[in-house]
Amino acid sequence: MKVGLFVTCLVDLMRPNIGFCALRLLESAGCEVVVPADQTCCGQPGYNSGDRKAAQALARKVIEEFDACEYVVVPSGSCSGMIRAHYPELLAEFPDLRAKAEALAGKTYELTDFLQNMVRLDRVPGKFSGTVTYHDSCSGLREMGVKSQPRALLAKVAGLSVREMQQPEQCCGFGGTFAVKYGDISSRIADLKCEDVLSTGADALVLGDLGCMLNIEGRLRRRGDNNTRVLHVAEVLAGELPQD
Amino acid sequence: MQITSQDFKRVSSLKLTDPQLQKAMGNAKGKLVVTRARSILELDNFEDIREAAARIRDFGLQHMDVLLEEWERNATAAGTIVHWVESPQDVNAKVIEIARNHGVRKIIKSKSMLGEETNLNHALEDAGLDVRETDLGEYIIQQSGETPSHIIAPAVHKSKEDVADLFAEKHGRRRLTDIAALTHEAREILRPHFLDADMGISGANFIVAETGSTMIVTNEGNGRMTTTMPRVHVAITGIEKIIPTLEDVSMILRLLTRSATGQSISNYLSFTTGPKRDADKDGPGEFHVIIVDAGRTRILGSEMREALRCIRCGACMNHCPVYQNIGGHAYGWVYPGPIGSILTPSFIGLENAIDLPNAATLCNQCGVVCPVKIPLPDLMRKLREKQVERGLRPWTERLGLRLWAWAATRPAIYSLLTRIGARIGKIAGGSDGVLHKLPPGGAGWTSGRDFPAPKGKTFRELYARRPVAGKGAKS
Repeated sequence: MKVGLFVTCLVDLMRPNIGFCALRLLESAGCEVVVPADQTCCGQPGYNSGDRKAAQALARKVIEEFDACEYVVVPSGSCSGMIRAHYPELLAEFPDLRAKAEALAGKTYELTDFLQNMVRLDRVPGKFSGTVTYHDSCSGLREMGVKSQPRALLAKVAGLSVREMQQPEQCCGFGGTFAVKYGDISSRIADLKCEDVLSTGADALVLGDLGCMLNIEGRLRRRGDNNTRVLHVAEVLAGELPQD
Repeated sequence: MQITSQDFKRVSSLKLTDPQLQKAMGNAKGKLVVTRARSILELDNFEDIREAAARIRDFGLQHMDVLLEEWERNATAAGTIVHWVESPQDVNAKVIEIARNHGVRKIIKSKSMLGEETNLNHALEDAGLDVRETDLGEYIIQQSGETPSHIIAPAVHKSKEDVADLFAEKHGRRRLTDIAALTHEAREILRPHFLDADMGISGANFIVAETGSTMIVTNEGNGRMTTTMPRVHVAITGIEKIIPTLEDVSMILRLLTRSATGQSISNYLSFTTGPKRDADKDGPGEFHVIIVDAGRTRILGSEMREALRCIRCGACMNHCPVYQNIGGHAYGWVYPGPIGSILTPSFIGLENAIDLPNAATLCNQCGVVCPVKIPLPDLMRKLREKQVERGLRPWTERLGLRLWAWAATRPAIYSLLTRIGARIGKIAGGSDGVLHKLPPGGAGWTSGRDFPAPKGKTFRELYARRPVAGKGAKS
């Protein structure tokens, strides 16, 4: 399988380890992985801020970059959701691009969905001694149908057990630029998520989206919690936890 | 209602630190979410019914002209007096005119959100009329001089202790704290008004074309008394409330009460088809219905059309993480929460509600629970696009987006900038690995959170240096 890996701008800038973990998982599943060198961003910040033209320019770029790939895999629910759920509408006014956008949408997968349902990974390299809790990121859950896939994969990690939050599907309050424009509301929502995470007593919060990750981790640290780790699901599955 | 949507930022911040509101919202939080989730399990084809309900609402909007005329013919045949009104002010003027024609002094009112749009109570009071809200939540709000903070639970922002204080003060009686006792007290106070009111005013959840009826969905019995006891009744309702048939109403009701309060069915469903007939034991001698546009045809012709499907269940706000924490008043007009973030700018002007379409995480918890499948986040995003098109966003934000897009479409420059950013960020994060304060553009983030620092190198630069032996390391 020839898979294009779209690492996303936040992984590129903030947490490169996650990109390498995704790469390792795909390669361990026997995929031939291509990482287009000029990739940047899916355009979501512009799209959700009302700058449709900026979003269109980036969508056009992503479409060209991944045109030759059989599949496109993204270690993020919201960036894969942007491509699958929004590109066709975003480019609807360009008849030549609409078909390409739909083709790309049809072959784009969130990482855990791809590993569980497409390559049907039966073993994962990761080991983890402890309890984790999984946060369902909004776009992953509601745009990409990611719910059971990460849990099924985490169940294959030796030594790991999952303890669910009361409301794992509740938004963490990130919302892209919302987190900056309405920082106090966003922080309050993040705080409630932290409470829910902490009430599980888990050693780590695991999730599949960088935005939520930075948001919840940022709130935990501000609360003075330096013990609860916040990990991307790819890091746990690949067994390559970041060195702090 | 007075419009304060432009104060959203300031008011929402105050609400986050208002202990009374936080207590009341904390009590309410999750209750309606849980009851809804439980009640929709009673339906084994919930998603199919949602789809059908959305189609019924769309059909009503699509064929509104024909259906409204059918409704009017049937209503008139049943003896209803129908008025067509275009502006909010004309609604109030028409109600006052009817009241004057009948020598009305006292009015009892059942819940009407349209009445909030037109500021009806104030207009009636200014005209010297005595108006009493009879829905318990609306009664509380009227006593406290506030506005509803939720479309079906108008006093949800008040705790029972708040209500206990209010009733003790307004009723001049001993302070009671038991909810049942407080309700009983309100009932005692209201009962004489039901008996001697000259006119009743209600809204309508729907109007039914095939029968010419108006209908209301209630739990307290006040709605039925309001529509039947006084000698004159006036129902005010928006043109979008049209439903073709009773069969369609029954389809939508399966969703409405479950989505709103988690009930399989409400305590009362009241259909009113014309005034009291000779053989009837009760009912108003005269029945007026005021059919109102007040901006609806403009929305119908806009990209916000799908918002007119709304059946006013409140599920979107009950499930909204923003609403749950700030309550409804911060939204600054009649309709709060996600649907309000679309309706308010549509009714009062995008430039008068700049924050509302932006004050949402686009989590889509609202969209997945909406019983008539209004794509709420998509509509909010469209309004954000309109704000950009009309130059309503701050220039700093527009410039920021332009610069970001400019760089992100130029991979070499983008690569350089991100490499610099990753390095500076890592240094700034120091040994903690977090930034405690971001510069002005990002200060909102660090007002309540740290910002986890980057790790010093970008994925792209590390990947470019990856040993060539690695499988598939081409690009």
